[in-house]
Amino acid sequence: MDKPIVDIKDPVLRIENLHVSYDGIKNSVTDVSASVKKHAITAIMGPSGCGKSTLLRAINRMHDLYPQIKTTGKIFLNGDDISSISNIVLRRKIGMVFQRPNPFPTMSIYDNVIAGYKLNGFSLKKHERDEIVEKSLTDVSLWNEVKDALNKKGTFLSGGQQQRLCIARALAFQPDVILLDEPTSALDPIATAKIEDLLLELKDKYSIVLVTHNMAQAARISNFSMFMYLGELVEYGRTKDMFTKPVDKRTEEYLTGKFG
Amino acid sequence: MTDIIKTGNIRAAKNKAFAWIVAILSFITIFPIVLIISKLIINGYKQINLAFFTQVGPDTMEAMTAVSGGHVIPGGILNGIAGTLLMVLLASVMAIPLGVIIGVYLYENTTKRYAAVVRDVSDVMQGVPSIVLGLISYLWVVKHVTHGYSALAGASALGIMMLPLIIRSTEETLKMIPVSIKEAGFALGVPYHKIILRVLIPTGFSGLSTGILLAISRVIGETAPLMLTALGSRMVNLNIEQPTSAVPLLIWEFYNDPNMVDLIWSSSLFLMGFVLTLNIISKRIAAKSKK
Repeated sequence: MDKPIVDIKDPVLRIENLHVSYDGIKNSVTDVSASVKKHAITAIMGPSGCGKSTLLRAINRMHDLYPQIKTTGKIFLNGDDISSISNIVLRRKIGMVFQRPNPFPTMSIYDNVIAGYKLNGFSLKKHERDEIVEKSLTDVSLWNEVKDALNKKGTFLSGGQQQRLCIARALAFQPDVILLDEPTSALDPIATAKIEDLLLELKDKYSIVLVTHNMAQAARISNFSMFMYLGELVEYGRTKDMFTKPVDKRTEEYLTGKFG
Repeated sequence: MTDIIKTGNIRAAKNKAFAWIVAILSFITIFPIVLIISKLIINGYKQINLAFFTQVGPDTMEAMTAVSGGHVIPGGILNGIAGTLLMVLLASVMAIPLGVIIGVYLYENTTKRYAAVVRDVSDVMQGVPSIVLGLISYLWVVKHVTHGYSALAGASALGIMMLPLIIRSTEETLKMIPVSIKEAGFALGVPYHKIILRVLIPTGFSGLSTGILLAISRVIGETAPLMLTALGSRMVNLNIEQPTSAVPLLIWEFYNDPNMVDLIWSSSLFLMGFVLTLNIISKRIAAKSKK
């Protein structure tokens, strides 16, 4: 039987037969093929250890950092094979936000937003930098809260603000895709709601891939959902369809709380 | 009285007894230090004056005249201070960049065989007696580079002593930085060397500088290796190829001259104060970064 996996026209990302292994023996991601829709939120769900973060980190080649990790298969960004794009260019086009807010602790709020340009050695004029910082912080609705404290350390902010700062840092490059790895799991409900609202706004301009182990969150904000189990992509479809009439038995069991 | 209240009372009494024992033991620990410092201050403060910092040591005759007349010994330890600063500076220039680079290497390669060997060797080096390092520097630098006792040879011995301390403190400091900070840099497409230079080292700066200051304060009082390498000098010498004095060397020289006893105490007080200041500064830096 064919897997219940939705076919998406003109995708921003296309993943083909992706395998990722941490030890060369066991696959943490097994033969995943899927396409990700432009300007939508795609959620990746599944129980702990199902390979959802591993899949996400393959998309911006984060696994290159660790030579023992073996990745096979292909990923295309707007039709270009990502293995043919340099890391610097690729990561300008695919931003990433992590589970715990991780602003650079030695840098000010301003420098954190502009860090991608600064650390990569782009020389910008002051007004260009100011513009990028203001725009990125406005996009994450942090500008009004921090505009008088731009020189303060990024770590001075609250957890939720720090996470929005990290999203602003990812937005500063105007990426095509933003990858978020359980961005709200370390935040309280109010900060979580703010981030969710923010993602709903951002999807008009960016394509968002969100890893979450919070089913309710996937249901609230995502347009498409992937369900992964034991490294395998079990089911992938419109969130509404998946939550109301899941096709695979394992998806149904997960959604109804039988495991996970 | 019910049982539960009884056990409660016994526990409270035990708690109190332990608190007292801890307080007494910690007092026993710090008491010798208080004694040492107060002895240094009482015996040494008389000699601490402007000349102490601006003049070189007196000769025996001058000192004898002053002591028998009940005066303060004229002169000071400028040659020692200048020599110590010169050699510590040279040793730092040699050891800090190398130590930090090796520390970064060890941090980046936890599993490589070669890294494990480097780590073990640097641990062993920490345990090598300083006089042995002095001998090595004598063989290498005194005999083959400067062809005579020199500040460079002294600095080499001190530098070799500092190296393993800086290597390990760099590695330990970097290990404490969360991986997520490093990954944040990678996610922005920042090249590896720039993440190390612009993200990791600034983030670990307080830890690195604490380690460096502690390494300096560790070698600044070293005497034995300098006897075999820098030798000593009665003059202020800033030529790195010439024999040079140092504060601990002066203390040794003063000890050998019965007329200079007072200068032993004042020089020791100075050295102790210097090391103490370095330690306090490094503690401050460490505390500040935690905020």
